[in-house]
Amino acid sequence: MKTGVVIFPGSNCDQDMIYVVGKIMGQEVVELWHKDNDLQNCDVIILPGGFSYGDYLRSGAIARFSPIMEEVIKFANAGGIVFGVCNGFQVLCESHLLPGALLKNNNNKFICENVYIKSQTSNSILTNLVDLDKALKIPIAHGEGRFYCDDTTLKDLNNSSQILFRYCNKQGDINELSNPNGSIENIAGICNFNRNVFGMMPHPERAADEELFNTDGKSLFASLYSKVLA
Amino acid sequence: MENQTTLETAKKLGLLESEFDTIKTILNRVPNFTELSIYSVMWSEHCSYKNSIKWLKTLPKEGSRILAKAGEENAGLVDIGEGLACAFKIESHNHPSAVEPYQGAATGVGGINRDIFTMGARPIAQLNSLRFGNLDKEKNKWLLRGVVKGIGDYGNAFGIPTVGGEVFFDDCFNQNPLVNAMSVGIVKVGETISATSYGSGNLVFIVGSSTGKDGIHGATFASADITENSAEDLPAVQVGDPFQEKLLLEATLEVIKTGAVIGMQDMGAAGIICSTSEMSAKGKHGMNINLDLVPTRQKDMKPFEILLSESQERMLIVVEKGKEDLVKNVFDKWDLNCKQIGEVIEGDFLNFFSNGELVANVPADSLVLGGGAPVYEREYSEPEYFKKNQKFDINEIPIPNDLIDVAKNIISSLNISSKKWISNQYDSMVGTANMSSNNPSDAAIVNLKGTNRALALSVDCNSRYVYSNPEVGCAIAVAEAARNIVCSGGQPLAVTNCLNFGNPYNPEVYWQFVGAIKGMSNACTALETPVTGGNVSFYNQYTEGGETKPVFPTPTIGMLGILEDKSQQIPLSFQNDKDKIYILGDLIDDINSSEYVYSYHGLKNSPAPFFDIQQEIKLHKTISLLNSKNLISSCHDISDGGLFTTLCEMAFLKNFGFEIKYLPKIRIDSFLFGESQSRAVLAVSYEKESEFLTCIKNCNLSYQLLGDVKFDESIYIDDVNFGTISSYYNLYQNKIPHLMNS
Repeated sequence: MKTGVVIFPGSNCDQDMIYVVGKIMGQEVVELWHKDNDLQNCDVIILPGGFSYGDYLRSGAIARFSPIMEEVIKFANAGGIVFGVCNGFQVLCESHLLPGALLKNNNNKFICENVYIKSQTSNSILTNLVDLDKALKIPIAHGEGRFYCDDTTLKDLNNSSQILFRYCNKQGDINELSNPNGSIENIAGICNFNRNVFGMMPHPERAADEELFNTDGKSLFASLYSKVLA
Repeated sequence: MENQTTLETAKKLGLLESEFDTIKTILNRVPNFTELSIYSVMWSEHCSYKNSIKWLKTLPKEGSRILAKAGEENAGLVDIGEGLACAFKIESHNHPSAVEPYQGAATGVGGINRDIFTMGARPIAQLNSLRFGNLDKEKNKWLLRGVVKGIGDYGNAFGIPTVGGEVFFDDCFNQNPLVNAMSVGIVKVGETISATSYGSGNLVFIVGSSTGKDGIHGATFASADITENSAEDLPAVQVGDPFQEKLLLEATLEVIKTGAVIGMQDMGAAGIICSTSEMSAKGKHGMNINLDLVPTRQKDMKPFEILLSESQERMLIVVEKGKEDLVKNVFDKWDLNCKQIGEVIEGDFLNFFSNGELVANVPADSLVLGGGAPVYEREYSEPEYFKKNQKFDINEIPIPNDLIDVAKNIISSLNISSKKWISNQYDSMVGTANMSSNNPSDAAIVNLKGTNRALALSVDCNSRYVYSNPEVGCAIAVAEAARNIVCSGGQPLAVTNCLNFGNPYNPEVYWQFVGAIKGMSNACTALETPVTGGNVSFYNQYTEGGETKPVFPTPTIGMLGILEDKSQQIPLSFQNDKDKIYILGDLIDDINSSEYVYSYHGLKNSPAPFFDIQQEIKLHKTISLLNSKNLISSCHDISDGGLFTTLCEMAFLKNFGFEIKYLPKIRIDSFLFGESQSRAVLAVSYEKESEFLTCIKNCNLSYQLLGDVKFDESIYIDDVNFGTISSYYNLYQNKIPHLMNS
C-alpha cells in the first residue's frame, strides 16, 4: 500500500499532506515530481493544494499538461484512486477527470476560514467511515473554489450520488448562508462516475492533527485507507 | 568611463553637497553617473540608516540565545532549543504601498521572506502590521483593499501562513499608509548561510528572475517625502511574482545543502549593487562583475539600471570555484536562471564592466553601513503638543450616563472591531502548524512539529500611545508584545522592530524617534528581550491645509517567544460555564489615550496610559507561575478598548456571557474602558480557585475577583443588563465589512 503525493513547482500543501498520510495515518508515502513520468507503483495518488504553476492563467490550467499528469490521467482512467484537494481538485477538473469547474469565489476574494461540510454518501472510498449526520469542521483556503457545472451534469451528479460533500453550518443545515463561495448546490466535493477519482475544495489534511485541536478531517483518510487496504 | 557628474546631478539623485564632496574624496576624482547613482542608493536612508544608526546602536542586542546579532546578517537569529534556531525580521513597504498598494504590499512580503531564506531558514510564519486612514474615504478603502489583496495573493501562493498581525486606523494615515511585514523561519543551528563573499577566484552567480527596469531608485524613493506627486514615481515600485519566489525558496534551500555556497544575499533594495557591496565588504574582498551577463527583461538596459534595479525574486550567490555545476543543477531542476556574472578578487574594489568597458569602480566598504556610509546626528526638540498632552485632566471628562451606549460604541469602533474581513483573505493555516486557528491565544502559536515546542509570535504598537509620549508609548509596545506571549503561555525571547516615522530632518519628528528608541531600550532591557534587527522608514507624512505633518510615530515591535512545552498554551476564550473571572494588576483611574477618550469623547490630546515596567514584570511572572501549575482556564490581556473589550473578546468564540461587579475604587469609565497597562483578565475553574488563590497571594501583585462566566449569553455589570454577547458580536463583526461594501 503506497501513496504518491504529486509535487508541482507551486504546490504548497504537499508537505502537509505527506505529514498526515505518513506520520498521522502511518502509510508509506512518496513524492512524485511534476517532471517525472513514473508513478512509482503507487496505489493512491494525491494532488495537493497550492498554485501548481503559479496559476496566473486559471487555477490548474497548465498543470494538466505536465509529464506526471499524463501518467495520473492514464492511471485514473484505468481505475486507479486519485484524490485532489483544493488546487488538486482544480487540476482534476481541468484534466477532465472530474466534471465541472472551479470559478472565482462569489465575493471575488480569497477566503481562508474554518467551514462546515456534511458528507452526502457513504458509498465512496473517501467517505465510507464518515458520519453522515455530522457537520465536519474543515478549513477552506482558496480564491477560485466556486464549483460550477451545467444543469445536465448537476442532475447526473445528483442521480449517481457523485456529490460527496456540501457546505453546511455548524448545526448541519445546508443553506445559502452556509455557502462560503457561491458553489452550485453548496457542493464542496465530488467524485467521478466510476467512483475512483475524488476532488474537494476544503482541506481535510488541515484538520487531522490533534496538536491543532481539530481532527474532523481524519475520518476521510481513515475511510480511504480502510477501503484501499481491504 | 562615462561623463563626469556635477553637484546638480548629485542633488537630483537625493545626495547632499557634503556627501558629493565625500564621494570625490573617497574616489579621489569626480564620480561618473553610474557611480553617483550607486552612492545615491547605498547612502539613502533605506540602505545606510545614516540618520538613525547612531541611536539604533544604543538598543540592547546581547543575549544568551542570540546567534546572529543586529546588523550581522539579513535577519536576527535566536537559539530556540532542540538544535533549532529562529530567523525573524520585520520590514516596511510604506512608500510603494502608498502609490501602488497591491504591488507595494506584495513585494514587501516577498522581500522580507527572502531575508529569511537567504540565511538558509525556511519561513514558517508571517505577520503584518498595517496603518490606514479612515474608511469613510474611498481612497483609503482602495488602499486597504489593494494592500490586503497584495499581501494575500503573494503570501498565499508562496505558501507560508499569515498567523497574526494588527491594523490601526487614524486620519494621520490618510495619504501614507504603513505596511510592515514580518517573516519567521526555522533552521538547524550551524546550517545557516552568511551574506559574505571571499576567496579570490570564487564565482559570483545571479539566480532567480531576470532583471528589469522596475524599482530603479526605489531605495531613494523610499527615503523621500511622500507627496501628492509620488504617483509619478510609479516605475520606482517593483512588481512581485510569488511563484518565482516559491521556486527560489526551494532552490535556495536545496543549493545550500550542496556545500558549494560561500555566501548568499537576496536582492531587495538597491539590487545588485547592494548585494555585491555588502557581501564584499563583509568578506573583505572585491569583485569583477560583467553586467552584460545579467539576464534582463528589457533590451538595452543601461549599466546603472542593471545595478540599481529592484526586480524581485533574485539572489546573489558566491560559489566555491569548481562546484558551479552542483549549483546549476539545482536551479535547472527548478527552471530558474542561474548565471555566472563575475568573480571574487583580492582587494576591496567592485569593478563593473559593460561592453568591455569599466563603467564603475568603487570600494565596497565605502558604500555600506558600518563602512564609508555617512552617519549623522540629527537635532531634536520637544514639540508643542507634548506639553498640551500633559494638561489633560480626567476630572474634566464627564462620566456618560448611558454606559451601554459607550460599550456598543467602543466595540463597533474601527480600531476595536474585528479584523476578520482582512485576516480571512490570508491563508493562515497552510503548513498545518498554526495552533491558534482552533484555539486562539493573545499571541500566534506556531507548532514546531516533531518537537515539544511551539513559537509564540506577536506584533504590537499603539501608534496613538507613541504619539502621546514616544518613550512611554514605545515601551508599552514592547511590553504588550511580551504580555501577549506570556498570556499565551510563552516566554518572550527577542525583538525585531520596524520604525515608521516622519522626516528625520524635522527636529520634532526626530524627538519622537529618539524617545521611542529610549523607551524600547529600557523595556527590552528590563524584559530581557534583545533587539535583533529591523528596519527604519522615515518620511511618512501627509499634507493638510498646505501643511506637511508626520504620521503618528509607529515603532512596530515584532516579538519572538517560545513555549518549551506546547501543551502549556493558554487560550484567550472562556472555556467553561461558572469559571471565576479575575483581574490581575492595579486598578488606576486612567483613561489616557484610550479608544474611549479619543474616539468617544473626541479628545485627541492626552498622555500615554499609565505604565510601570516593574508592574509589567510582576504580571508576567505571576501568569507564568500560575500557568506552570495549570491553574488558568483562559487569559487575555487588557489593551485597546479596556476591560469591557477584553471580556467580550474572551466571550465571543464560544458565545458565553459574563456577570461582573464594578470595583468602585476608580471611576466606572476608567474601570470599563481605561487602557492602563500591565493588566490581564484570567478565568479560573471553580475547582482550582482555592489553589489559585493560595498561589497568587504570594505573588505581590494586585488581583480582584470580578465575577463569573455565564452559560447563557447575557452580560451583567453590577446587576445592570448590558445585552447579549451575540449582539456585541454582531457589532464587532460587521463594522469593517459594512464599510468596505458600502
